[in-house]
Amino acid sequence: MGGYILRRLVNSLLALFTIATLVFFLMHAVPGGPFASEKKLPPEVIRNLNARYHLDQPLRKQYVDYMGNLLCGDLGPSFKYPDRTVNELISEGFPVSAALGMAAVFVAVTAGCFLGVFAALNHNRWQDFLTVGLAALNYSIPVFVMAPILVYVFSIKLGWVPPAMWGTARHMVLPTLALAAGPTAFIAALMRSSMLEVLRQDYIRTALAKGLSYRAVVFRHGIKNALIPVIAYLGPMTAAVLTGSFVIEKIFAIPGLGEYFVTSVINRDYTVIMGVTLFYSTILLAINFMIDIVFVLIDPRISLTRSGR
Amino acid sequence: MSYRKLMALSLILLFMLLSGCNMTPNQKTDTEKTAQVIRYNLGAEPESLDPARMTGMVEGTVANALFEGLVRYDATNQPQPGMAAEWDISDDGLVYTFRLRDAKWSNGDPVTAEDFRFSWLRVLNPDMASDYAYQLYYIKGAVEYNSGRGKAEDVAVRAKDSHTLEVTLKAPARQFLGLTAFQTLMPLNRKVVEAYPDWYESPQNYVGNGPFLLEKWEHKQKITLVKNPAYWDAANVKLDKLEMYLLEDDNTAYAMYKTGRLDFVERTPVQEIPLKKNDPDFHIFPDLATEFYWFNTQREPLDNPKVRKALAMSVDRGAIVENVTQAGEKPAYAWVPFGFTDEPSTVDFREAGGNSYFTEDVEAARRLLEEAGYPGGKGFPRLTLQFNSNERHRKTAEAIQEMWRQNLGIEIVLAPKEWQVYLEDQATMNFDISRSGWGPDYLDPMTFMDVFVSDGSNNNAGWSNPRYDRLIAEANGTGDSSRRMKAMHEAEAILMEDMPLMPIYFYVNDNLFRENIKGIIVPPFGTYADFRNAYVE
Repeated sequence: MGGYILRRLVNSLLALFTIATLVFFLMHAVPGGPFASEKKLPPEVIRNLNARYHLDQPLRKQYVDYMGNLLCGDLGPSFKYPDRTVNELISEGFPVSAALGMAAVFVAVTAGCFLGVFAALNHNRWQDFLTVGLAALNYSIPVFVMAPILVYVFSIKLGWVPPAMWGTARHMVLPTLALAAGPTAFIAALMRSSMLEVLRQDYIRTALAKGLSYRAVVFRHGIKNALIPVIAYLGPMTAAVLTGSFVIEKIFAIPGLGEYFVTSVINRDYTVIMGVTLFYSTILLAINFMIDIVFVLIDPRISLTRSGR
Repeated sequence: MSYRKLMALSLILLFMLLSGCNMTPNQKTDTEKTAQVIRYNLGAEPESLDPARMTGMVEGTVANALFEGLVRYDATNQPQPGMAAEWDISDDGLVYTFRLRDAKWSNGDPVTAEDFRFSWLRVLNPDMASDYAYQLYYIKGAVEYNSGRGKAEDVAVRAKDSHTLEVTLKAPARQFLGLTAFQTLMPLNRKVVEAYPDWYESPQNYVGNGPFLLEKWEHKQKITLVKNPAYWDAANVKLDKLEMYLLEDDNTAYAMYKTGRLDFVERTPVQEIPLKKNDPDFHIFPDLATEFYWFNTQREPLDNPKVRKALAMSVDRGAIVENVTQAGEKPAYAWVPFGFTDEPSTVDFREAGGNSYFTEDVEAARRLLEEAGYPGGKGFPRLTLQFNSNERHRKTAEAIQEMWRQNLGIEIVLAPKEWQVYLEDQATMNFDISRSGWGPDYLDPMTFMDVFVSDGSNNNAGWSNPRYDRLIAEANGTGDSSRRMKAMHEAEAILMEDMPLMPIYFYVNDNLFRENIKGIIVPPFGTYADFRNAYVE
């Protein structure tokens, strides 16, 4: 186990290094730059700006400098917000996105699993069709349609919750629902089919034949095994949701991290592009790693040491 | 569609029940009706609160509340005494002498001429790398210092005594007086800046000389300002508190306004404008900006003025502003928008020159195209129209594409481009026709007119006309304001005759604010709104 963890760690660092290198050269290769604007700045001003941010140096040197700073955990200053560092932007935005993301993951997992099991247990009855239909519908409504509908109904018409901004638990309700909608539907569908498959397994029949109650079989043996595909999906889903969604954060005016994934590219805010990409990659690698460990704990068929990785 | 919504909603309701949401009704937020508080949506997070690093109108609006330059614009767009009680401009238009009033910084220090000199040199310092340093290039020695070729001491800004500031320009520039109201030229308290290099990052050490003080900056949420008791004209500042919300999405801001959480929003969502148009809280203000298409005059067949005119004359601008943009924009038949003052009279520059340099005449346009060798559009090459991907620009381009097809029988290709790709192609003239918008740097028509001088850095049409250049040089070189304006009117006539660009419409500001809010000034450039004299009735 220890050797496995070490190997995973080294692999992750190598992956991060590759991502950093690729993104660095790709973003410098696309046209445009952080100081481009419809009204061209005088050459003197551009020269000063380039000197200030060391963009006047050869790309290779910029790369080496950036990687050096990265090793010390310094992500550099933002070009768009000259008074703020990328570290500040991430450390302020991530807790907000993560809080919202955690709430959404919780809602999606609870509601999704419940609905999936509910549908599977009522296989081919109206409850099943209703759940599957709703899930398909919910999954296919894009979030930029869902969010304004939520705002219109619960904020403008009913006045129960604020339409936007951040601060209190009440502010979290609508963005959480909007963010959780898609994953809930997906988890419900995943859980349903996985549960149906598990219930047809021999060991379930054996357990029932041994005289265990249906309820005990479903809860102790069925759900636990049916969860495996859901947990596999949970990794990338959690990483994506925790680091924030551009659309949700924009519509609900949430000061999270998600916005930077889009605006930094539009602005060619090089340091922010690097910062958020690496941060997201780190979270994704870490969560996938944790999920692998969880697999071992819940599924005796999976073994880290024998998998030959 | 409606049943889909219904299904979605029922599922949402189910989720809410499952997650045990707190669904107690929200108390009404505005309990104190008479409180002197305005909740205003600024529309974006300011990039910086250091005036030297500010560029956009978002930052300008905050700067205008926290600081005051030598002059300040009034409701009729005239510069009025600000920190300068009076000023004197030499006959050759080169030397400006400002006499400062006895004003105080919010920490009690006096505002001195040295504070101005220090702040302007700080902007010009090459290490500062200020985007807007070029706003000070009118001053003798400024470009040299900013480009590293000259020294700070040689910039012609002198504090003759604590209350007298003398500025020498390198050439006459009528716009300089008004520019001193602009964010880049705002003064800073030298002692504070030297003692706390990071003073602008938080309210703690933020010292200003404007009508309001910075109380709190919650990033991407809200900036809270309170009245500055040390402001020289504090007696006329009626607001106790000004909350600037930083919501980027127009629809979000509108929902906040509708639910009583905001009193003033900048941009009304397009789909709501037809519904709000006649309400008393809907206000339209002129905006000094022109929407237009560049013609690449160095490519065939756009190198022929007849072709350019035919294209411009066969577009129905009224239909575009009524059906596409819908915000009350004015169709443009000239380059310079409404809102600049002509001199020495005080009529609008546009009204004086007229908004009718050309007419929409399909028959005449067809004839011009025929004269250019393309009868009925036959043989006309497939030109490409590029624009930055954006709903509004796409719809406008589609409308114009259709008008040209029907009126002239020509086909063009639409090329939506990512913002930076679009900018690069425009700057390198890698286009046939390119959409663009132009706004002012200062309150004078010259900020539009000098775009088209030969080899001007923003002349993306590649157009050149020696008579035009001569007229602009004449306007820039003379201290006589009526000769100056006359030269610019003549130059604009040449521009519209040769048509290196095709004007489409003049922008407007469509704002929503409550009926009980009074005294707001909405300047046509630089800042979205000035709250100095605003109050709640």
